[in-house]
Amino acid sequence: MVYLTRKAEFSASHLYHNPDFTPEENRRVFGKCNNPNGHGHNYTLEVTVKGEVDARSGFVVDLKQLKEIMHREVLDAMDHRFLNKEVPEFQHQIPTTENIAIAIWQRLATKLTAAKLHRVRLYETPDLFVDFYGEA
Amino acid sequence: MKAHLSRRYLFSASHRLHCEAMSNEENQMTYGKCNNPYGHGHNYTVEVTVSGQVDEKTGMVCKLTDLDRFIETEILARYGHENLNMLPEFAQEVPTTENLCIQIYEILQRGFRFAHLERVRLEETMMNSFEYAG
Repeated sequence: MVYLTRKAEFSASHLYHNPDFTPEENRRVFGKCNNPNGHGHNYTLEVTVKGEVDARSGFVVDLKQLKEIMHREVLDAMDHRFLNKEVPEFQHQIPTTENIAIAIWQRLATKLTAAKLHRVRLYETPDLFVDFYGEA
Repeated sequence: MKAHLSRRYLFSASHRLHCEAMSNEENQMTYGKCNNPYGHGHNYTVEVTVSGQVDEKTGMVCKLTDLDRFIETEILARYGHENLNMLPEFAQEVPTTENLCIQIYEILQRGFRFAHLERVRLEETMMNSFEYAG
């Protein structure tokens, strides 16, 4: 079994707000991230897939194919977007780094056929990142 | 859904690697430049990984402010700008980055209640890093 990781970057804005909370509660729980006008990050995405190395090609997965899937499923939807307003998953869910990583996993898992998705790592900043392994 | 959250923090400290049970020659051979009697320092990066269910109301594994406050008061205030050899946990133990990594893990394991501790990764320089997961 070999693990292969591909990186991508996207920039997006978001805000943290739970409509069931009072304004005070929202500010207390989410702090500056509750600014109603939103704020942005340069996200770095690392997608790790695993599989056996194909005897003929020497590949775990065709990198070009993986890159295309990541672009189509993730970057086209999230790059230079306001996540709360423009990405369907975040109409009713807060676009925290945790939830974005889960959404990316769900977008990719069914589209990958050659190799199996192992981990989605999403950096919100160089000092903060979330790993999701598809665990319930 | 269970997710892992990692956060990185910086602190600077000095240490000297020297084992009382070894002869001077043995210390010199084992620790090389790190055995310099006056000590030397590093900019450490500590990467803490915690895990848990993503809370449906907040979308979070744990509040970053809770993690930051704990690390600030229990780790950074304890080790930042200190000579590690002077601290009680290193009175009998050599303050290698391995041992420091274990100490940090154990402080978190004992006191951090907001999420499950997965591992501590400690970078001594850009070239060296150590991980402890219990």
